[in-house]
Amino acid sequence: MELTTIWFALIAVLWIGYFALEGFDFGVGMLLPVLARDDRERRVMINTIGPVWDGNEVWLLVAGGATFAAFPEWYATLFSGFYLPLLLILLALIVRGVAFEYRHQRPEATWHGWWDRAIIVGSFVPALLWGVAFANLVRGVPIDAEMEYTGGLLTLLNPVGLLGGLTTLLLFLTHGAVFLALKTDGEIRHRARDLALRLGSVTAVVAVAFLLWAQLHTGTAASAVVFVLAAAGLLAGIVALSAGREGWAFTGTFVAIALAVAGLFLGLFPDVMPSTTDPAFSLTTTNAAATPYTLSIMTWVAAAVTPFVIGYQAWSYWIFRKRISVHHIPA
Amino acid sequence: MHLEEDPVDVVDIARLQFGATTVFHFLFVPLTIGLTALVAWLETRWIRTGNPEYLRLTKLFGKLLLINFAIGVVTGIVQEFQFGMNWSDYSRFVGDVFGAPLAIEGLLAFFLESTFLGLWIFGWDRLPRGVHAACMWIVHVGTLFSSYFILAANSWMQHPVGYEFNPETGRAELSDFGAVLLNKVQLVTFPHVILAAYLTAGLAMVAVSGWLYVHRDHREDQPLHLRAVRLGAAVALVAGVGVAVTGDLQGKVMTEVQPMKMAAAEGLYETAESCAPFSLFTVGTPDGREERFALTVPCLLSFLGTGSFDGEVRGIDDLREEYRATYGEDPGATYYTPEEYVPIVPVTYWSFRLMMTFGMAAAAGAALVLWLTRRGRTPNSPWFRRLLVFLPLGALAGNSFGWIFTEMGRQPWVVFGLMTTDRAVSPGVSVTEATISLLSLSAVYVVLAVVEVGLILRAVRAGAPALPDPDDERADRDDDAPLAFAY
Repeated sequence: MELTTIWFALIAVLWIGYFALEGFDFGVGMLLPVLARDDRERRVMINTIGPVWDGNEVWLLVAGGATFAAFPEWYATLFSGFYLPLLLILLALIVRGVAFEYRHQRPEATWHGWWDRAIIVGSFVPALLWGVAFANLVRGVPIDAEMEYTGGLLTLLNPVGLLGGLTTLLLFLTHGAVFLALKTDGEIRHRARDLALRLGSVTAVVAVAFLLWAQLHTGTAASAVVFVLAAAGLLAGIVALSAGREGWAFTGTFVAIALAVAGLFLGLFPDVMPSTTDPAFSLTTTNAAATPYTLSIMTWVAAAVTPFVIGYQAWSYWIFRKRISVHHIPA
Repeated sequence: MHLEEDPVDVVDIARLQFGATTVFHFLFVPLTIGLTALVAWLETRWIRTGNPEYLRLTKLFGKLLLINFAIGVVTGIVQEFQFGMNWSDYSRFVGDVFGAPLAIEGLLAFFLESTFLGLWIFGWDRLPRGVHAACMWIVHVGTLFSSYFILAANSWMQHPVGYEFNPETGRAELSDFGAVLLNKVQLVTFPHVILAAYLTAGLAMVAVSGWLYVHRDHREDQPLHLRAVRLGAAVALVAGVGVAVTGDLQGKVMTEVQPMKMAAAEGLYETAESCAPFSLFTVGTPDGREERFALTVPCLLSFLGTGSFDGEVRGIDDLREEYRATYGEDPGATYYTPEEYVPIVPVTYWSFRLMMTFGMAAAAGAALVLWLTRRGRTPNSPWFRRLLVFLPLGALAGNSFGWIFTEMGRQPWVVFGLMTTDRAVSPGVSVTEATISLLSLSAVYVVLAVVEVGLILRAVRAGAPALPDPDDERADRDDDAPLAFAY
């Protein structure tokens, strides 16, 4: 297999990891005002993701860094082109990241209130905008012969982009609710379960609509299979949840998000950023790639380091596997 | 000189944003690098000696570390994104070389730091003591990996090696990754930066424990805080000496590979064939060409630049002629604009001096603290208190001026000899977009700075936390016990 194909696949894996992992912590953040009745319950929710959210976010940083190294042209066009949405995502991630650490530093209710808002908005904005960005990536955007994005902010806010945004928003909400049903105990667990079951069907309808569009737009036989499995994963997760099998339910939503992203990348290949101006201007795994030398060095490093990363991240999830409920929260 | 068509263009805004966000980011990074080591060391001492006072210090400085770490992480995300957002032509040109260390930094360092810090924060009652302390050591190793790779990337911008320019693709392409990692600029810059981080964190410990030491509300903790003050000062003194030694080595490498930067550091226009003087202080014209008053040390610049008091130091005028010959008046190249090839001399001149002054003052302060507290002495005068509190600010100022010097001294190049900064900016980004980015990030950073300082002061005032009654340590056995360190 060509190195450029391997790196396209690896970058897909990094985005899959990012959405499947940070997806649930975005969901938990957005559900803060919905599922918690008081400050202790909000703290239960935040503590379920406390040890892991930062590690989840690193998947994004590595996806960005890997794109810079393996496909410099893709990194340059995407980041300078999707300028304002990315800026909004950045600002959201900044306030959200400090909110987790700063919220508990003072006892006042107003202080908690401000940081709760930062967590809610800081989770909502990226959950929506990543979907908008990825839908546009698949749909194609105006790119000229110099590989420069020539659209504006409104170019990205087309119906398909918004459908993509709604899809990630709902998927992450459901994923987060299922995660809370798995990781908490007591009333929150029941509320999270009920909400996930109600959200699940709406999410399934919207997600299937978006994936159907993606399949019709760029799909291949392989992406069709993957999309069907993604939908099956989501439905299986909902069924498992209604049967009280929260671990299987979380596996279901995890697999659904992972396969949905995988299918989008399968459809995209060999383009990395199709141009709507002229298909000849599209960025591809070939014309956007770094040199074989750089790619081979990166391959060696990734092969040596990634097993350890997955190993210790999994170990950290294992260490914090216990459910949390209000009596775990110090007064 | 010619007049620009627009009063402000995207390059200026993007440069302002890069400078402001980087200096801001680097206020927190050295504290994180140094404090992870100090906290890990304190916790290890606690495990080894069983002395609970070490655990109290671990908790106090651990809390300060976490407040600081959060802001370092989120401002770091901006750094990773803004190359692509504001500097897309730079990214296209150097991605093949520059992207690899950035990607490896994420894979090797960021995962380690975030995962093991999460384990450390929440793992007090979940992990055996030794494993818990090891988590913090691993976080520290992560910060060192991170520093190494990002400084290798920066060193490449100062002194590009291990690449070939490919006229077909029009970009710099990696040819020897080992050469990039072992760049001679990198080999002197990495220890300089890491030692400056230990200096900064050591002095932060001196300031925090020193303030608590003299405060009457924490009188019963005086022995504890005196110990921390002396630990911090010892670390800072050793690191401070190391910063000076490695800084001296950097000066010699800089004279060799970026002679213009060294000439601009002194404002030396005419080549001095031997015994070039170093001015401590100058009052002169804004471009530094004419001096009205100067306090100089004979031959010191020659020594700083070459290691010999009668070494030759080349002046700006000579170097400008040489650079014009090398890079051309009008090279017709895509990646650099013919310019004066001279940085803004007053900026390099003063940032160089302020870096050295603040850095040396900080190290001298550490020595003074050790002297004043020698053999059980317990100084208590008001000026001693003030000295302690200002010491870490000196180190932070030294760090900031160091970066301002080394980055401004490289101008007009973004990659020395290969690409000028004005060619690096994103062609598709408008002044409006760049301004929105600059203003919104600045606004958020100002708020974060205010909140962070408030929280740090609050955490310091609370002092070293009291330990729970040892009989009450049931967390290991009881799943229903409250979490030891919950958000």
